[in-house]
Amino acid sequence: MTASRPAIEGWFVDGDEPALVGKRCDECGTYVFPPRAWTCPNPTCRSADLADVTLSRTGTVWSYTTNHYEPPAPYISPDPFEPYTIVAVALENEGMVVLGQLEGDPADLRVGDQVELTAGVLFIDDDGPATIWRWRRLVGQEVEQRPKADLTGGKA
Amino acid sequence: MSSVIVAGVGMHPWGKWGRNFVEYGVDAARKALDDAGIAWTDVQFVSGADTVRNGYPGYVAGATFAQALGWTGAKVASSYAACASGATAIDVARARILAGMCDVALVVGADTTPKGFLAPTGGDRPDDPDWLRFRLLGATNTTYFGLYARRRMDLYGATELDFARVKVKNSEAGQHNPNARYAKAFTIEEVLSSPMVSEPLRLLNICATSDGGAAVVLVSDVYAKAHDIPTTVKVAAVSTVTPTYPNTVIEMPNFATDSSAVAGLPGRPFRDDIAHAAYEEAGLGPEDLSLAEVYDLSSALELDWYENIGLCAPGEAEKLLNDGDTSLGGRIPVNPSGGLGAFGEAVPAQAIAQVCEVAWQLRGQSGARQVEGARVGLTANQGLFGHGSSVILTK
Repeated sequence: MTASRPAIEGWFVDGDEPALVGKRCDECGTYVFPPRAWTCPNPTCRSADLADVTLSRTGTVWSYTTNHYEPPAPYISPDPFEPYTIVAVALENEGMVVLGQLEGDPADLRVGDQVELTAGVLFIDDDGPATIWRWRRLVGQEVEQRPKADLTGGKA
Repeated sequence: MSSVIVAGVGMHPWGKWGRNFVEYGVDAARKALDDAGIAWTDVQFVSGADTVRNGYPGYVAGATFAQALGWTGAKVASSYAACASGATAIDVARARILAGMCDVALVVGADTTPKGFLAPTGGDRPDDPDWLRFRLLGATNTTYFGLYARRRMDLYGATELDFARVKVKNSEAGQHNPNARYAKAFTIEEVLSSPMVSEPLRLLNICATSDGGAAVVLVSDVYAKAHDIPTTVKVAAVSTVTPTYPNTVIEMPNFATDSSAVAGLPGRPFRDDIAHAAYEEAGLGPEDLSLAEVYDLSSALELDWYENIGLCAPGEAEKLLNDGDTSLGGRIPVNPSGGLGAFGEAVPAQAIAQVCEVAWQLRGQSGARQVEGARVGLTANQGLFGHGSSVILTK
């Protein structure tokens, strides 16, 4: 078995506690993800000194959606294709929302839920498995009080 | 300041014709010129809205259409701003007229689209966020639409039925539009039984990709008066704003929003800024509108736009819809053309098509989909990579 490698270099660290890697401006403290080589994105800051920083491993669900159709290339779908969920997460401390695929069942997921970062295999090619960051719902949350919006328009 | 007049508008019908996009553009241009009563040889400036799906001729659309119509020595520009390309092309033409650099400008956009999901440009391009979002996440365009729709459900209690009602409303109007692709009034049941794409959005909640072409002829008011051209429809504002940092709503094709950790939350989200800039320039507000044409890439997104253009407060769009306010005959009809739901999207032509519809409405030429007594119309749209697009026309 070939060792796994990240599907993209420098955007996250794998291991026991996976984390996204962004940049933080040395001068004004602004964060940016994905990491970028050039200037601080804050228009009032002229700094070009951005340092690597691992971002919060937890956050709150901003929204989520499950895709039921196979996307076009360059996405590499499993064969046969399986629906997958993408979740937008407001990070704990950085004031930003970051996308990622969801690990686990989206059935009980709601906007506002707590999630944490994990990593898993995105695809396997001739070079072996390629990993990507994912979001995972933190267990132990009450779901009974959150009825799923229904089809019948029973809204007041 | 002098004003800019919409002298003529024209469209090649939307569909999946599979022919060269130049053909649609030329057809739309000739219709707009005929509508204005202006000869092609009198056009001084050609403003093309580019397509990136039809090779080099699409990247230089202004010159491509000029050559197809026959070289006249007219000056030319070509603009690309994704879905907002048409509004940018209008903005460029209008600015030249306002600057006194020309009196007659032709704006044209047309597209031929492939079947299925819009995909990124081919090849191995790991430094292009548009390529990477497909590669690393499978974040199709409809993914972003699905995120917005789900957020409305969990935050505001929107339902799949609400989304279906938008589609039904727009298809009821669009069936009367000879330029629309789908001349069919869909039912709630048809929408709710169509295949799930990006949950909670189904196939019939999502706009298709279409072929089509649209054109407008803009002239200075001085030229219009000198040539007995009706000055009925005026361009009151064109907004092509970019976001103000930090843009805190996740947008195509991005992996993340900007960070508000240092800069603080913005006063207005970007999509609100787009219409706000247009209202400011026109000296008008949402209460002045007779109708609006908004970019319903998904039927749920139309509800977001109600709030973004100020028709109601956040969370109240479903009520506006269900009270019939935004239907034909309602207080403020939205997408009387049928919107993208009835057209499908022909990217560089779409923002121009929105302007064509508003012009026809203000002239009272919209037949069965006419908004009675229309005097002010707004278009709103957004192109990926930070392009705002909003045009206000007045009578």
